[in-house]
Amino acid sequence: MVANKTNPATEIDSVDPNELKAELVAKYPTKVGRKRAKQIVINRVDECGEVPEMGANARTIPGIITQRGCSYAGCKGVVLGPTRDIINLTHGPIGCGFYSWLTRRNQTRPDGPEDANFMTYCFSTDLQDEDIVFGGEKKLRQAIRELYENFKPKAIGIFSTCPVGLIGDDVHAVAREMKEELGINIFGFSCEGYKGVSQSAGHHIANNGLFNHVVGLDNTPKEGKFKINLLGEYNIGGDAFEIERILEEAGITLVTTFSGNSTYDKFANSHMADLNTVMCHRSINYVAEMMEKKYGIPWIKVNFIGAASTAKTLRKIANYFEDEELIERVEKTIAEEMVEVEKVRLEVKSRCEGKTAMLFVGGSRAHHYQDLFAEIGMKTVAAGYEFAHRDDYEGRTVLPNIKVDADSRNIEELHVEPDPERYSPRKSEEALERLKAKGFRFKDYDGMMPEMESGTLIVDDISQYESEKLIEKYKPDIFCAGIKEKYAIQKKGVPMKQLHSYDSGGPYAGFKGAINFWREIDRMVNSKVWSYLKAPWQESPELTATYAWE
Amino acid sequence: MATMDYVSTTNACKLCKPLGACLAFRGIEGAVPMLHGSQGCATYMRRYIISHFREPMDIASSSLGEKHAVFGGGPNLKQGLKNLITKFGAGMIGVASTCLTETIGDDVPMIIREFRKEMEAEGGPGLPALVSVSTPSYSGTHMEGFHSAVRAVVDQLCTPDSVGEELAGKFVNLLPGFLSPADLRHLKEIVEDFGLGWVMLPDISETLDGPALEDYEKIPAGGTPISAIKGMGQGAATLEFGHTLEGGPTAGRILFERFGVPLHQSGVPIGLRETDAFFQALEKFSGRATPKKHELERGRLVDSYVDGHKYLFGKRAVVYGEEDLVIGLTAFLAEIGVKPVLCASGGRSGKMSSCIERVTAGLLETVPRVEEGADFQKIEDLCEGLAPDLLVGHSKGYRLSKKLGAPLVRVGFPIHDRFGGQRVLHAGYRGAQMLFDSLVNAILEKTQEESPIGYGYM
Repeated sequence: MVANKTNPATEIDSVDPNELKAELVAKYPTKVGRKRAKQIVINRVDECGEVPEMGANARTIPGIITQRGCSYAGCKGVVLGPTRDIINLTHGPIGCGFYSWLTRRNQTRPDGPEDANFMTYCFSTDLQDEDIVFGGEKKLRQAIRELYENFKPKAIGIFSTCPVGLIGDDVHAVAREMKEELGINIFGFSCEGYKGVSQSAGHHIANNGLFNHVVGLDNTPKEGKFKINLLGEYNIGGDAFEIERILEEAGITLVTTFSGNSTYDKFANSHMADLNTVMCHRSINYVAEMMEKKYGIPWIKVNFIGAASTAKTLRKIANYFEDEELIERVEKTIAEEMVEVEKVRLEVKSRCEGKTAMLFVGGSRAHHYQDLFAEIGMKTVAAGYEFAHRDDYEGRTVLPNIKVDADSRNIEELHVEPDPERYSPRKSEEALERLKAKGFRFKDYDGMMPEMESGTLIVDDISQYESEKLIEKYKPDIFCAGIKEKYAIQKKGVPMKQLHSYDSGGPYAGFKGAINFWREIDRMVNSKVWSYLKAPWQESPELTATYAWE
Repeated sequence: MATMDYVSTTNACKLCKPLGACLAFRGIEGAVPMLHGSQGCATYMRRYIISHFREPMDIASSSLGEKHAVFGGGPNLKQGLKNLITKFGAGMIGVASTCLTETIGDDVPMIIREFRKEMEAEGGPGLPALVSVSTPSYSGTHMEGFHSAVRAVVDQLCTPDSVGEELAGKFVNLLPGFLSPADLRHLKEIVEDFGLGWVMLPDISETLDGPALEDYEKIPAGGTPISAIKGMGQGAATLEFGHTLEGGPTAGRILFERFGVPLHQSGVPIGLRETDAFFQALEKFSGRATPKKHELERGRLVDSYVDGHKYLFGKRAVVYGEEDLVIGLTAFLAEIGVKPVLCASGGRSGKMSSCIERVTAGLLETVPRVEEGADFQKIEDLCEGLAPDLLVGHSKGYRLSKKLGAPLVRVGFPIHDRFGGQRVLHAGYRGAQMLFDSLVNAILEKTQEESPIGYGYM
């Protein structure tokens, strides 16, 4: 399959999603097929916005090449990885630490040469045979002492890998003991790779740990009139820098991001914010929920991916604070930024309109990035998450109906009470009602499916084989996923954009990010490279034959 | 110099064992590597291998959860194998264990035997070759995983009753170890130029550096054919690279003990002298003189050694990475007049010092400091007072290179901050030539950059 495709619109219309689903499922053994059938769903949005049930957050079938990671990856790699001044110590054999060593392309910006930055480091206890037999706690203690001696960090996080839980090392006890001994904050995460069904379990474990051990430690009031936290933003390719720029422009104070370009002190002070804004609902909603219960900080869902979405998000934040001056400043910022954005958008749209995209990535990106494509007239024909739950697909209204299975039950659900001294509702009941009456929605996420067209195909935890089939049938102009899929997709003649680590690009968030992204997509979907695939003599053999005969 | 001996590892200079096994399995025709453990291992190793080679790399997983960690992973492994066979049409599945399954004590060979029996009872189609290797990552490095997998493949597939492909003419078994696809292509070319046939195990030259395609192949073309592996017992000789492997229980040793195939163990042919030894062996096994083409290549290499000596003479280098690669690179550096001041590896064969002494014999006034089991913290500590002019190794040395202001010449694996890591040529006269040019140019570039004037004629 090569580029130079016919009109994509007719191609998609020619794909019968029901037929395709039947074909996909039929290839599996019966039991496996039945399971996959729940995770391959044809979208149908009814007039009330209801969508079909999605089988999500279920265990991966062995032997299918899945793109999913593990609990350790979600905890250490995703949530804690982007914080620069906490020492992340992997307790286990060397591999896990090595593979999560800066590979997500999180960026950071220390305040100066004195500001600690451990992001380019990889710390491990590098467990050996004898540690597996006799236990690794002694080695862990010694490693913590050494790291303290060498780096004098403010905090150390310990991350357990598979063998740790199996040999019975108590990382939490060691953390308590060493905290006492060294006088710095030390905390452990039981994020062994076999816990939960994907990295999603690790996100939850990380959220719990941060909330228990770091959030709320520093009550210093933060300067600023409109103070927010940004949750579920990891500064891949510099996304956080762009968002920080926009917020500053608009006069909004960012207390901390969880966890792009973040520091330990900012986390400790984060409960002093007056609003939590949530980007990646999947990985961080737990902290938002817990902070609301304990400190009275409301949370709202936002999205800085896409120029229109960024504008919408800024307006939403301004409306929350109900401040005329802020609303005005936000409008001014949007108006200024949109000049360049619109110019590029229209130019790129002229070349990309009508083309199609597929997104199979993350727990929010497969949803958020559809906005960016829509703005340049590209349609998302199929999408799915790697590790999301039903609420990320169908919206939070399904939360009460989600069955809790054994895998999820194994991840601790913290019981949170309002803090006796520090609980303070940021909005009065009256103010909340007033906002709600104006259509303002708190702690709400509609999910991906209600915003996608009926007839599009939604596939959870897509396997290599399924993506190949989808590409064959839909012939999309671009496929978005991660580095694991990248080169296989490209060998099928389809451009592939990494939305985990952005290839070597970014930022793609905010206004400037949108421009970057569109330029990149324009370059990719209109590339001539696929036309070089055949040598001239392969292209028209009759011509070569003629020459030979002559 | 006094440096701390740390218990913790900071910025490791090694990867884990199962990754090496997956790389080796990938070099066999039709093979799919599979990890018995948590699915995160497969995902992490895939993404890491892919970032270096920029090629697809599938690794299946038995995807164990908490329940399986308690009750054993057998049923998952069997289900995974079955899905892989039906879905992927794998010609071989190489199963490597992980820390999880080694810690809980899953007996993989037994589970596979049971699986065979169950499948035979079901009366399904014949099974592909199934090979298993034990690779707990809490001992050794990716290189031990790589060599163990190669040994397991030979041990389990090349048995006295296995019927291999009848290879016409005289052929040698090549066990190159973990080299780049470009290296492997070059080695095959050399052997062919001597009129010899070859079985190279493993052969990632196409499977991890393939062409752009119109239609993606789930399992890439290339790799050592299984029938060729089965016939390795008929080889005229086995050439096995890696000084640290000498005398050890390797794949080559099995072929010698089981079939009497003469085993010729040597260093990785990096640099002039180590490549000379390789060519001498080929002359011996083929009964032919070194072809003119390679004599010329050697001649040009020596010529460039003369031309470039003024730039490199006396420069101090730190070399790090896999043990046998470091040994080969050190041999090369010593012969071009560069002073290796530190040779470090995350591996611990216990043999690096003696090997380095041997390959640099007669070239160095002082034997360089050799550090096994090193991480980059240790390397950094040791660099104090060594004043290196350049670093030779993989991408993970970048931080140190930046700190020291010494250029890094990227070789080996992983290379993820430069383009074309899979095409870096290290082996043979041609590989030495490319390394030599890169080193000279790194020094020239630094000189140029540091000059405030901007001389364009060096």
